[in-house]
Amino acid sequence: MSQRNPAISKGVDWVLIWLYLALVAIGLLSIFSVTFREGDNVIQSFLGFKTDYSKQFYFFIASITLGLFILLTDSKFFTATANIWYAAGIFLLLLVFPFHTEVKGTESIIRLGPFNLQPAELCKVFVNLALAKYLSRVETDFTTPRSHLIASAIILAPAAITIAQKETGLALVFFAFFLVMFREGFPAGYLIAGFSIGVLVVATLLVDKIILAIVLSAIAVTMIYFMRKQIKRKRRLMLSIIGIWGLSIITIVFVVPFLFTKVLQKHQVERIFSLIGKENPYAKLNTVEGEEPASTTKKDTDYNVRQSKIAIGSGGFGGKGLLKGTQTRFDFVPEQRTDFIFCTIGEGFGFLGCALVLGIYLFLLLRIVNIAERQRSAFSRCYAYGVASVFFFHIAINVCMTIGLAPVIGIPLPFISYGGTSLLTFSTMLFILIRLDADRQMVLR
Amino acid sequence: MALFNQSRSTIIRLIFLGIFLIIIVQLLNLQVFSGKYEQLAMDNAVFPKVKYPDRGIIFDRKNRAILNNTIMYDLVVTPSESKHTDTFSLCDILGIDTAEYKKRMLEARFKNGPYRPSIFEDLLTPELHARLDENIWKFPGFALVERPVRVYPFNAAAHILGYIGEADSGIIKRSKGFYRMGDYVGRSGLESYYESILMGTRGVQYMIKDNRNRLVGSYENGRFDTAAIAGRNLRTSIDMDLQQLAEKLITNKVGAVVAIDPKTGGILAMASGPNYDPNSLTGPNKQKNYGQLALDVAGPLLNRAIQGNYEPGSTFKPLGALIALDEGVITPSYGYPCGGRYFGCGHGKPACTHSNPGHAANLRLAIANSCNSYFVQVYRNSVDNPEYRGVKKGYEKWRDYLNAFGLGQRTGVDLTSELPGLVPDTSRYNTVYRGSWNSCTNLTLGIGQDMMNATPLQLANAMCIVANKGFYFTPHFVQGIDGQSANDTLLNKFKQKHEVLTKISDDAYEAVHAGMQQVIDGTSSRAKIPGINVCGKTGTAEKFRIIQGRRIKLDDNSVFVCFAPREDPKIALAVIVENSGFGNTWAAPIAGLMMERYLKDSLPAERLKEVDRIAHSSLLPSYIPYLQYIEDSARAANWLQRYKDSSALRKFMRERSKPPFPRSREKAPKHSLGMVVPVTPDPRLFTKNNLA
Repeated sequence: MSQRNPAISKGVDWVLIWLYLALVAIGLLSIFSVTFREGDNVIQSFLGFKTDYSKQFYFFIASITLGLFILLTDSKFFTATANIWYAAGIFLLLLVFPFHTEVKGTESIIRLGPFNLQPAELCKVFVNLALAKYLSRVETDFTTPRSHLIASAIILAPAAITIAQKETGLALVFFAFFLVMFREGFPAGYLIAGFSIGVLVVATLLVDKIILAIVLSAIAVTMIYFMRKQIKRKRRLMLSIIGIWGLSIITIVFVVPFLFTKVLQKHQVERIFSLIGKENPYAKLNTVEGEEPASTTKKDTDYNVRQSKIAIGSGGFGGKGLLKGTQTRFDFVPEQRTDFIFCTIGEGFGFLGCALVLGIYLFLLLRIVNIAERQRSAFSRCYAYGVASVFFFHIAINVCMTIGLAPVIGIPLPFISYGGTSLLTFSTMLFILIRLDADRQMVLR
Repeated sequence: MALFNQSRSTIIRLIFLGIFLIIIVQLLNLQVFSGKYEQLAMDNAVFPKVKYPDRGIIFDRKNRAILNNTIMYDLVVTPSESKHTDTFSLCDILGIDTAEYKKRMLEARFKNGPYRPSIFEDLLTPELHARLDENIWKFPGFALVERPVRVYPFNAAAHILGYIGEADSGIIKRSKGFYRMGDYVGRSGLESYYESILMGTRGVQYMIKDNRNRLVGSYENGRFDTAAIAGRNLRTSIDMDLQQLAEKLITNKVGAVVAIDPKTGGILAMASGPNYDPNSLTGPNKQKNYGQLALDVAGPLLNRAIQGNYEPGSTFKPLGALIALDEGVITPSYGYPCGGRYFGCGHGKPACTHSNPGHAANLRLAIANSCNSYFVQVYRNSVDNPEYRGVKKGYEKWRDYLNAFGLGQRTGVDLTSELPGLVPDTSRYNTVYRGSWNSCTNLTLGIGQDMMNATPLQLANAMCIVANKGFYFTPHFVQGIDGQSANDTLLNKFKQKHEVLTKISDDAYEAVHAGMQQVIDGTSSRAKIPGINVCGKTGTAEKFRIIQGRRIKLDDNSVFVCFAPREDPKIALAVIVENSGFGNTWAAPIAGLMMERYLKDSLPAERLKEVDRIAHSSLLPSYIPYLQYIEDSARAANWLQRYKDSSALRKFMRERSKPPFPRSREKAPKHSLGMVVPVTPDPRLFTKNNLA
């Protein structure tokens, strides 16, 4: 390795680079197999910038070039400018409000000539840098609730703005950074509480409100009964049990309906309900007068997932082979170049192909965690965990949604989905990590 | 602090692993263990396009195609591609207005969606097709698509050949899903009876379709495709010249003509009046034409040759004699002293046309003079044969004979919906007469009356037995199937010889034949053919009908059966002309012309004049226009009641257009008649399903 240009390649983690190239190649092949038509000249159309795979190819060249530039910069640049990037990111996000163009229902895109700029996408990088910066500060004592609050605010501020731009899917990605905070000592209790609320919300959707309230009350009463001795010693225990019980009831009765009628958008609510296989009980509350009732659109909401499951399921163990998939070749699955690209792999290459791709992803994630743990500087470690978390969130949600385990949230599969912005963003994240890792012996502040 | 939280990296790794494990399990479930998705994907993307084979062709005995295939064109439209069509010009060619155009486009969209072709106008007439073909470039989205159609080159034999129609839900159900919606299937006649042979084997072409159900190519390069195998051709015994003559002669009459080759049982011609043009049920206006035919009270769709129930009358007499001869109760020299009436049962009924002594001195004379008394006596001798001890046993035996002749049960001809006629069994008489009856009760069975009914086909078949001196083959049309193999069992029953009369001597047959020849030669019969010995028997049956609650006596049915030549029978015939008088007036000349045409292969000029005379005589019963008026006006009134639309009723409002109530032919009421009054079934019984 040292025979190559020593200035760039010194300390570079080649495993990550190979994994990156492999994933981009799989992505190009998948996009190719969706959009290629018999009779096209392969090489010509690859270079022509007309077809999707050709465009993705050029985006890849651009990403590599950007990556080279990142490798040429000094690691200290990132620590020094992290907060500036973050501020710029928030500014861009706010700029969206006056200058956005509405594309496919989201209001998060600024159109710059032929390109669509989605600041929320870029913000993933900036939040990652800023969070790493904050957590690695010498002054930060990450055991205090105050630091927890600040760190959460760094994450949630862009998330809140993104939700306001009707791009809930991307906003959810920011929650992935809680994994970084967890690694840095964020109390597990918070996460467990958050998780419990999630379970409670899902339970509210699945079970009738009154029954759920009765069950929760019964649990509270039995707990008080069995812990009566401890309660005699500690009055606060009784209060906390009653407090949790009260919060749960409030969640069931007020928070969930509020969430599903006011916060989430209609199509998102429909997707969630189609995933759990129930009619949307909030349909009437959601509908503006004069609009058609939501129940008639139910078929549309699970159409994507049904077609996607058919495509993946029909691949069988070994797949139908490249360009042989009938479902993905003839546009049965909507958005199959972007969000539903995993179907192409599932149909064309079957279980073996899926397992291989997932294996590469898992290897990548575990590799990044390993790299994180070998850093001397906390900044690099936090940043690496941030990359791992974001990648993990994207992969898990995207794949789960194509196989019917998660509601349809429009977020891309890293490096494989078609899309210039997402490829550039993910590449940038990865190359910054590689740059930081190359300087792992250095202590960055 | 970092060191303090190091263990948490393991937790994060475990979270990663756990989620990936869940994904892998779900993938295993979808891709490896759950087999349904493969089928779902096939349903999604692969369309099995059925390729219909050409139906088999039907040939006559001279190997001329009498039912063939041709190509007609449908105008189809793909709505999504038809934006730039010259609508005005298209409407002009088709003769429709733009409102109709829009309606049809909407229908097409509704039926098959905007991306798939639907039929815009089906079965174009040749000139319409030519005009559209020239201008089709003006109409993007429109195309002319071939469709195979059945064609009847001779415009004849509608009742025999039948027609095809779309399979209805009943057929689809009975076929256990073999036929699908929109498939064509034989609905009557030979088309229906030989459906399994004519239809051929359907092929399947697997096509890939895209998300809008458009077919985009063949699946796996046609690896799973199967080819369509054309239906096999049928070779029939029909003589198309004779058939056309028969149809010409029965024009404007209600009745039937059946001609059979006695040696093989092959049917030479079978016509039923009123008739219809078979091509009217295949072309562009088939729905409209079918509706008209179905609502006609004269019943043109009814094949009276196999579905009309007629009293055989005197034409039955030779058969009655044959039964008695076979049982041995009479000999050819048996005579009966008839003085103009039959007094054997005391009431002097029935009367006889002849009263001179000796007109029934032997079998030959009795047949020639058609002596009622003689054959009533012969019937009573057969039934009261002491061998059977009792009239009921004797009658059962007698009935067995008739069944063996093909009377009172279906002959088994290769047409669907044949009716069995009627020869009542003892239980029927037991019910009617409460168990107490004897040979006097139903003595007119001996002269083909009482409750006896037969179809013209059965009468012709019975004539074959007489001509063949005791045997017959089940009458049939199809002699052979192209590419016939041992698996084709359909024709086996037509090869089987039915020996029904074995005990009769040749002399006895000759006596019967001589009597029948004397019928033709003795009287001034119109069935006479110079140079050929014809054996025949006329019959006349009284006909009554209840119209508007009043019993009307109609003109008698004219019945005639015959075979020729006597020495070597080549053709046996039964002709019935309803409400036309004596057997000799209309039925006999029709039979004569038929025999002459068949035996001499052509008709001389003066005989052709006779053909024209008969063809142009309208003998449609007078009650038919009246009934048609009643039916139509009732339907119009019903329509008004149901849909508040008086347009159909308006033309019935004028009193002048109403046809007169049919006049009864009865001269004087005959209350003291000792015999059961024959009631012929209402012809509308057969068309009732169509009317509803």
